[in-house]
Amino acid sequence: MTAATDTIAIPASGEVIRARPAGFGHDLTSIAGRALRAVPRDPAAVVPPVFIALFFFTVNIATLSKLTGRHPGFSYTAFEMATAILLGVTGVSRAPALVLDVQTGYLDRLLLTPVRRTAILIGHMAADVAVAAALTAPILILGAILGVRFGAGPLGVAAFVLLASLWSLAFAGFGYAIALKTGNPAAVNSTFLLFFPFLFLTSSYVPRGQLSGWLSTVAGFNPVTYLLGGLRSLVLGNGWQWSQLAQALAAIALVGMISMIMCFAALRGRVKRSSQA
Amino acid sequence: MSTLISAAGSSAPEIARPGPRLTVHPGYAVYAEGLVRHFGGRRAVDEVDLRIPAGEIYGFLGPNGAGKSTTVRMLCTLLAPTGGRALVAGYDVATQPGQVRLRIGVALQDAALDPRQTGIELLRLQGRLYGLSNRALARRMAELGDLIELGDALGRPIGTYSGGMKRRLDLAAALVHNPEIVFLDEPTTGLDPASRARVWTEIRRLNQQLGMTIFLTTQYLEEADELAHRVGIIDHGSIVAEGTPADLKRSVGADVIVARVDGDAAAARPAVEAAPGVRSVEAHGSELVIATGDGAAAISGVAVALAGGAVAVRDLTLRTPTLDDVFLELTGTHIERKNAQEDPS
Repeated sequence: MTAATDTIAIPASGEVIRARPAGFGHDLTSIAGRALRAVPRDPAAVVPPVFIALFFFTVNIATLSKLTGRHPGFSYTAFEMATAILLGVTGVSRAPALVLDVQTGYLDRLLLTPVRRTAILIGHMAADVAVAAALTAPILILGAILGVRFGAGPLGVAAFVLLASLWSLAFAGFGYAIALKTGNPAAVNSTFLLFFPFLFLTSSYVPRGQLSGWLSTVAGFNPVTYLLGGLRSLVLGNGWQWSQLAQALAAIALVGMISMIMCFAALRGRVKRSSQA
Repeated sequence: MSTLISAAGSSAPEIARPGPRLTVHPGYAVYAEGLVRHFGGRRAVDEVDLRIPAGEIYGFLGPNGAGKSTTVRMLCTLLAPTGGRALVAGYDVATQPGQVRLRIGVALQDAALDPRQTGIELLRLQGRLYGLSNRALARRMAELGDLIELGDALGRPIGTYSGGMKRRLDLAAALVHNPEIVFLDEPTTGLDPASRARVWTEIRRLNQQLGMTIFLTTQYLEEADELAHRVGIIDHGSIVAEGTPADLKRSVGADVIVARVDGDAAAARPAVEAAPGVRSVEAHGSELVIATGDGAAAISGVAVALAGGAVAVRDLTLRTPTLDDVFLELTGTHIERKNAQEDPS
């Protein structure tokens, strides 16, 4: 060791730095900041969902737009954009990274600090909302290139992104619940099993009125049907369709309430297990 | 045993109101009374008592699986005690975990680091979670940067660091908020001798220059001997001896004679015990460890006793006692041998 580094710098002022509770907002932004910085270093978490969304958006339009061409004034591209957005943002979360934190002991590192336990979870979720909002950009850009215009105007675009991001957060709750409950990455990937009924037993590809009997019934119970309705109202409608937007928000709230109850219960269980392991 | 407390670590408020810093045991940085931890039916920590004054380096020595890390995890609020009571920096680990966390720094046995984070990002995150202002954080980063000698590597992803660099970064992360008490759980395990010596230097410096209390767990005898003001030896969850390294070694005797023989050393034990100046004899396989008050005076008598016995002597060594001799006398086995049994790899 060199002489230059043989002393610890002791503050000349004599002022002693001591820890203090940082506050919930500070905790949350610190955790969210770490999660966001990790995103560009983990492209596998965000590139495939965008690729899948763009792929299906393009292929579905090419496959089905001719069938709908006989309905004057109906743009299948505009209709399909809501589905593409949900394909892009559903299941995007830092839950797999949280599993890694559990497995490597990094979560213990966090638990050793005075950070509020709920801030660990909410911080990750805040990052997820930001990521989901960013992931809508390429799909919106492709839609604009293909001629999609928002009936609700520029604010409608913002509302569209907001709804998609909130949905992403609501769905991500299931991933976090499984991550914290099991600490197992394979189990987290199993949230994909929820992805299929949510996104395909609904009016993803054709309006609900065109669905066959049983599928129409099932779609009626699927919250995503109402979410798609709200999203499409911003694109296809003239102006703001408040009742459809309210239904979309209610659908998100319902799914979000269930997933958040599950994931916060899992967080309590994980912290308790950590202290009793 | 003291009053049992519930496993309250999880149900206590996240940041407990400060409440009173308990003054029933003033001057102790760490105070534990009858600390117990069960895992199922196994008693991993069994009625551990600790009295560690502020400013002391306390070495917690024991073989793998003795209960060292479990004790540390309880004192750091990561694990709720099954019974007993512990105060760290004057706050109860079970009922005031938030207050304890503000005052301690911890480097656990396995440095849990995010390989994709850079060193700077880790230190900044730690500092922010401890409520440091940007100014305070910048100052600490500069101080710690010098301390851990990572230089430009601090800006690189941690995944590119060597084991020694990770250890030093982990140590810096434990110190970023200038804690009163630092828990170092086997800080040099897996390090090369040069890195180990460097960590030792830093630990001494933290204690001497900043007055930090350091609770150091280790399975390395020389580490405890070199660094600790006092040593607690733990085996099977219980503290079997405690004192300064010098006092502990003195308890074995002024000198130790080690005889390696062909065959079973136990056969020669009665003859050696009868030799003049011999205080005690431990036989382990082909080795006899003979404690004596004056090795130089006793060694000839031991040699004569061995020569007349049933085994052939391979070598005879006179040396001063080590903490391993203390462990051997107290537990009947060498600490290194026990580690090897626990970890066949």
